[in-house]
Amino acid sequence: MSDIVIVGAGIHPFGRTDGRTGLEQGVFAIREALADAGLEWSDMEFAFGGSSAAGSADAVLPRLGLTGIPFINVNNGCATGGSALLSGYSAIKSGEFDIGVVVGFDKHPRGAFNADPEASGLPRWYGETGMMLTTQFFANKITRYMALHGISQRTLGLVAEKAFDNAVHAPHAWRRSPVDLDTILNAPMVSDPLTKFMFCSPAEGGAALIIASERKARELGLTGPKVRGAAIRTRPVGSFEVFAPALEIERGKSAVELASAAAWEMAGVGPDDVDVAQLQDTESGAEIMHMAENGFCKDGEQERLIAEGATRLGGRMPVNTDGGCLACGEPIGASGLRQVYENVQQLRDRANGRQVEGARIAYSQVYGAPGLSGCVVLER
Amino acid sequence: MALAVAENLFRGSGADTRLLAGRSRRNGKLVFPCPGGSEGEDFDVVELAPEGTLWSYTIQRFKPKPPFNGDGDEVNFKPYGVGYVELPGQLIVEGRIVANDLSALRIGQPMRVTTEAYRTNETGEAVLTYAFRPASEGEQA
Repeated sequence: MSDIVIVGAGIHPFGRTDGRTGLEQGVFAIREALADAGLEWSDMEFAFGGSSAAGSADAVLPRLGLTGIPFINVNNGCATGGSALLSGYSAIKSGEFDIGVVVGFDKHPRGAFNADPEASGLPRWYGETGMMLTTQFFANKITRYMALHGISQRTLGLVAEKAFDNAVHAPHAWRRSPVDLDTILNAPMVSDPLTKFMFCSPAEGGAALIIASERKARELGLTGPKVRGAAIRTRPVGSFEVFAPALEIERGKSAVELASAAAWEMAGVGPDDVDVAQLQDTESGAEIMHMAENGFCKDGEQERLIAEGATRLGGRMPVNTDGGCLACGEPIGASGLRQVYENVQQLRDRANGRQVEGARIAYSQVYGAPGLSGCVVLER
Repeated sequence: MALAVAENLFRGSGADTRLLAGRSRRNGKLVFPCPGGSEGEDFDVVELAPEGTLWSYTIQRFKPKPPFNGDGDEVNFKPYGVGYVELPGQLIVEGRIVANDLSALRIGQPMRVTTEAYRTNETGEAVLTYAFRPASEGEQA
């Protein structure tokens, strides 16, 4: 069967762009991706796209051209971008289409996300009494993980320090100035043990990819990284997820573990083959736990690996080379495709100042409410 | 006189508080909170054990956005604990945590269910929700 190739990748800088809507940032990203591939909007046969808070993605159509193509709106929480990519992947794999665009964008108000209990099938009191915050979930999860597996608060700080160091070299990142470890550790607590520098902030941005069948790419004279594996999985019984008023005592696997296992199997490669990885870092602890859940190390090994600098640029398993969510912020609909955009830059030797030399296999993983994860394996 | 934040969530108050869960008539599994409405017809309301051990915890340091309606504004907001308590053989239940010193909490320590007046309503009445307190601290006025 034909491989799927990413022939173009575009991004609208993440962070805050006053005076530009989320939709406009999505259009910007699509135009960048088309320019990257040297193609026109009229060359696109389909589109999948979504945003969480910035409107219907197909509203990009009047701005790009009413060519009549199928445009399917995707709304899947933090996995919106990953879901768009997986949908586009399947559309091409089915043989129905040869080339199309996947896009994600968003624009959120400042401050923590506020949640609507009814929309998540939860009773009103859960929100009214102050328990429906994603920040609390991540803090509870890492607090227990630290106690069980010997992870120190300093290690949480090192993850954030790395993110800001890497972002200095990523033009699309938001917070591009280094922050030293003492400042990170001594900053005000948001939700213990996580200080304000250890949490990502809701933000704005857009990312888009042009994907094509290998045959079509060859016909157009285009090259790019191949999608070797792509999978999304939702929460299984016994997992610990956001907005959970109660958990079963018998603990089970996580959505991340299921999604990564599926992606590895599809790709025919494993964690040891990966040269560069983008892992969901909603907060410092998430990156640490996701290292193990995706199979890059055993539980507890992160304490030593991070102290040694293994996940830094130049280390043996660089993670979040563009600063991840911590430095780019979190526009929900765009984050998953930002990770893939960064991996495309790495595999095309375009990640100036943050390039992982000779990177051949790149991995990305998103996680989000209400408990789902999407993983993508790319090959140069 | 104090009001409960919701019906069928807990019974009693203070040391006599008991959380209410639903036991599925189909498979016997416990669900907290007990499902309401038409979904609730498949569940029997049962009381959960009043004591367990701390499974994990955090401290909420900033005032949440709505629908949070607890007392205090941004300036005089009082941080509160939120954690999970494992009730042996039943469930791991999330709840607010009250303690003399929230920063002294430790995973595995014995905890006991109680109630907390988390807000005052428009007519000046205290509104109670359930919470967990370190068992060693006993019930306090």
